[in-house]
Amino acid sequence: MVYTERNTWSTLIATAVIIPGYIIVVLQQAAGGPLTSVDWFPIMLWAIGISIAATIILSILWGIFAGLRDPKGATATDIRDRDIDRMGARVEHAFLVIAGLGVIALCAVGADVFWIANAMFLGFAISSFVGSIARIIAYRRGLV
Amino acid sequence: MVKPTLVTNSIRSRRDEAGITQADLAGRIGVTRQTLIAIEQGRYSPTLELAFQIARAFEVGIDDLFQYPED
Repeated sequence: MVYTERNTWSTLIATAVIIPGYIIVVLQQAAGGPLTSVDWFPIMLWAIGISIAATIILSILWGIFAGLRDPKGATATDIRDRDIDRMGARVEHAFLVIAGLGVIALCAVGADVFWIANAMFLGFAISSFVGSIARIIAYRRGLV
Repeated sequence: MVKPTLVTNSIRSRRDEAGITQADLAGRIGVTRQTLIAIEQGRYSPTLELAFQIARAFEVGIDDLFQYPED
């Protein structure tokens, strides 16, 4: 597995754990009450921080392990990696646009700031997740 | 899900004939071994520049290495 594919897997795993984790914590904080009463901002900051840290730590640990097996190729990248990354970025972009439009719609109807912030947050998270899936499929099935 | 390319290639057989490993050829053309495997298996269409580099590594023309079906 090449360097950028490992990093993509790290992002995917971190996102797959953090998104449900964030939703569970917010629901627990609401304790059956209205979600808009939850102090969501610190939870979101923690989720973002943990997600970034987990991705970096996972990439480093995986990189060390890969480096032991193949010291020369552990961090090698080439044109195929860049092509796959560009394709994944296009997929991410599409989901970010959808999230952005959702935020505009929520603002238009005067939704609570909770829903506006969380729509954007989930837009970022889902775009990252789907973009990573698209990249993994390209690595595994091909990009022609 | 992924549209297969119509371009086929004979890199694998040329490589076997020349006794070159995937790692050697990948190193010569400046790509990872995984990328060379993907090209050999038709899972990645190389750029024109990369196709020229691969052909040059075997000292053949692009047409000798890559094939595209007639209509």
